[in-house]
Amino acid sequence: MSAAIDSHAHAGHDHHHGPAKGLMRWVLTTNHKDIGSMYLWFSFIMFLVGGSMAMVIRAELFQPGLQIVQPEFFNQMTTMHGLIMVFGAVMPAFVGLANWMIPLMIGAPDMALPRMNNFSFWLLPAAFGILLSTLFTEAGGPNFGWTFYAPLSTTYAPESVTFFIFGVHLMGVSSIMGAINVIATILNLRAPGMTLMKMPLFVWTWLITAFLLIAVMPVLAGCVTMMLMDIHFGTSFFNAAGGGDPVLFQHVFWFFGHPEVYIMILPAFGAVSAIIPAFARKPLFGYTSMVYATASIAFLSFIVWAHHMFTVGIPLTGELFFMYATMLIAVPTGVKVFNWVTTMWRGSMTFETPMLFAVAFVILFTIGGFSGLMLAIAPADFQYHDTYFVVAHFHYVLVPGAIFGIFASAYFWLPKWTGHMYDETLGKTHFWMSFIGMNLAFFPMHFVGLAGMPRRIPDYNLQFADFNMISSMGAFMFGATQLLFLFIVIKCIRGGKKAEAKPWDGAEGLEWSVPSPAPYHTFSTPPEVK
Amino acid sequence: MAASLTTRQLTVRLVGVVLAMFAFGFALVPIYDVMCQAFGINGKTNTSAYQGALKVDETRQVKVQFVATNAADMVWEFQPVGDQVVVTPGRVSEMRFIARNPSDKPMTAQAIPSVSPSKAAAYFQKTECFCFTQQVLQPGESIEMPVRFIVDPELPADVHRLTLGYTLFDITARMPPVPVAGR
Ligand code: HEM
Ligand SMILES: [Cu+2]
Repeated sequence: MSAAIDSHAHAGHDHHHGPAKGLMRWVLTTNHKDIGSMYLWFSFIMFLVGGSMAMVIRAELFQPGLQIVQPEFFNQMTTMHGLIMVFGAVMPAFVGLANWMIPLMIGAPDMALPRMNNFSFWLLPAAFGILLSTLFTEAGGPNFGWTFYAPLSTTYAPESVTFFIFGVHLMGVSSIMGAINVIATILNLRAPGMTLMKMPLFVWTWLITAFLLIAVMPVLAGCVTMMLMDIHFGTSFFNAAGGGDPVLFQHVFWFFGHPEVYIMILPAFGAVSAIIPAFARKPLFGYTSMVYATASIAFLSFIVWAHHMFTVGIPLTGELFFMYATMLIAVPTGVKVFNWVTTMWRGSMTFETPMLFAVAFVILFTIGGFSGLMLAIAPADFQYHDTYFVVAHFHYVLVPGAIFGIFASAYFWLPKWTGHMYDETLGKTHFWMSFIGMNLAFFPMHFVGLAGMPRRIPDYNLQFADFNMISSMGAFMFGATQLLFLFIVIKCIRGGKKAEAKPWDGAEGLEWSVPSPAPYHTFSTPPEVK
Repeated sequence: MAASLTTRQLTVRLVGVVLAMFAFGFALVPIYDVMCQAFGINGKTNTSAYQGALKVDETRQVKVQFVATNAADMVWEFQPVGDQVVVTPGRVSEMRFIARNPSDKPMTAQAIPSVSPSKAAAYFQKTECFCFTQQVLQPGESIEMPVRFIVDPELPADVHRLTLGYTLFDITARMPPVPVAGR
């Protein structure tokens, strides 16, 4: 730490210190850029692991009947796929982006709590190591769905459920520490003149996401703790025989779960709000309304959770309340979509890869929002619930929503991170293959879902065969394309056209005022924001 | 930027929020129970004997049906002696359930009641029920168990029929049967 102390003594002196050498640089680093990179790499590895599981699922569903895996293993694949994508791929990717970009965007030298930052990252490999190890136990890994409803996950769970619980605890602690760090950084380390309403939207959406995280991750921790006590200590939170109630589980879980889906999308909203103005060469339309819309979405996300439970037998007034409250979310979401479209309106648009992903984000996320509205209609949800229609809905908000948001951010900021331009032709190929692949994979799921195909099954009725085959082919295409992304990133790190400090002429923000690649230490003396 | 709180103060407060939310997760358990009682959610009914008296409403009759189910892995034979009774709201009625332990070891069971439609649950009062306690049966032993109940005359007018269902759980592992002397 002497370097840090030194730097206070002689401001600017620390520019001479580069990163430490060797492996220990990564183990011990407290540098936000190093930690950001580690988060991003970790999340990409998890994306490939979770993606391979999706390939197993789609291979089994390629044709009706059981061909490749046994139903028991199939259930473990759907469960682990969901858990890894949500907690291992999407959430850490956004924390990685936050680490890299928030200090650069607000003119801070680093995150506010750098050592905690290191710890919160290193908890993740431990958490997912534990989670993945369960697949090698005799009774297999978690097989109760990523929503792990009791009593499936308690009374009827495989032994490895205790590992699962411990893993969830670790990743929860990691996200909470990450969130505290983000809040402390944003509230305390902004450069002089960077008032709250001057902050880039990515910073705003992350600030709100961080508050969601510290509000609901502890509830998830409580939920798995109750499971642990039911399984090992003879309590009956979710066990009807002892006076508990399995439906209580669903309330506790979804009190966490619905805000969680916004945790996975709000930072993407912020990133897209930076990218669209850059390539439309116009300032973002309706900045203030964007901030308020994000805050309203976050608030509403706490009072809609039972829309996942329309069919469990809640009173009519409850059904109505949760139906209307859910539909209300479409209003601030609509404001955002309107603002993005209006930003593009009459802009001098160019379609580099980040912009392609951002425009696809707006269009496809909206489709996912509409299917969400259909699901929010309580009487109709009795038909849709637990069918492939729900699977189509959440993949439309998560793949072209969260994941495309992450891809768009990666291409947008890669020049800043690496100092090189990525290969534009390959980037565009990656986009179009992903775009076509994901639509082929997920659009037909709407149809089979409406026709009644249930989710989480390894076999299905013959009538669904054609659409499932199309879905599987689309999924294989999408999956394979992600290896191209890996290649593009490695190629960009190793070389390529030199990137200027500001490679996109329409881009705005402090991050473009530092050279590319961003030096190891930036803003040791805070910039002046007018 | 003049921060109003130091990073340490801010962090301590945020950790406080985290701990409070962890506690809130557990607070959801009693909150849920209160909500269920208040709104009759999930068909939950009273778990101890109802003491009050209700006015009899001779103008109306309600059909009460009975269902007995075994939870998974429960081996007892368990059924009501009759399928349904027609009751006058406000009057005490009775139904008996029979349970038999066909296994070769003593077992403890707990019955969990539930009323549907769930909006009727708050108007269904049990004055006596085998579900208020646990049942212990020796191998081959059987038992006849009564439930006495009153349907509240305030029951919404559109409910003409309601169902009282019991699910019987094996809780031997949790509450081992105490060996009975002399048997
Ligand atoms: C206009 C906005 C939205 C509305 C009205 C909406 C509505 C719904 C409803 C009613 C369900 C439950 C369907 C059922 O189980 O029968 C659902 C499920 C789901 N939604 Fe949304 N949603 C919206 C946005 C989002 C976003 C932004 C995300 C994530 C980025 C998301 C992720 C999910 C997930 C993961 C599930 C399924 C959970 C599961 O059962 O495994 N939704 N949505
Ligand atoms: Cu939801």
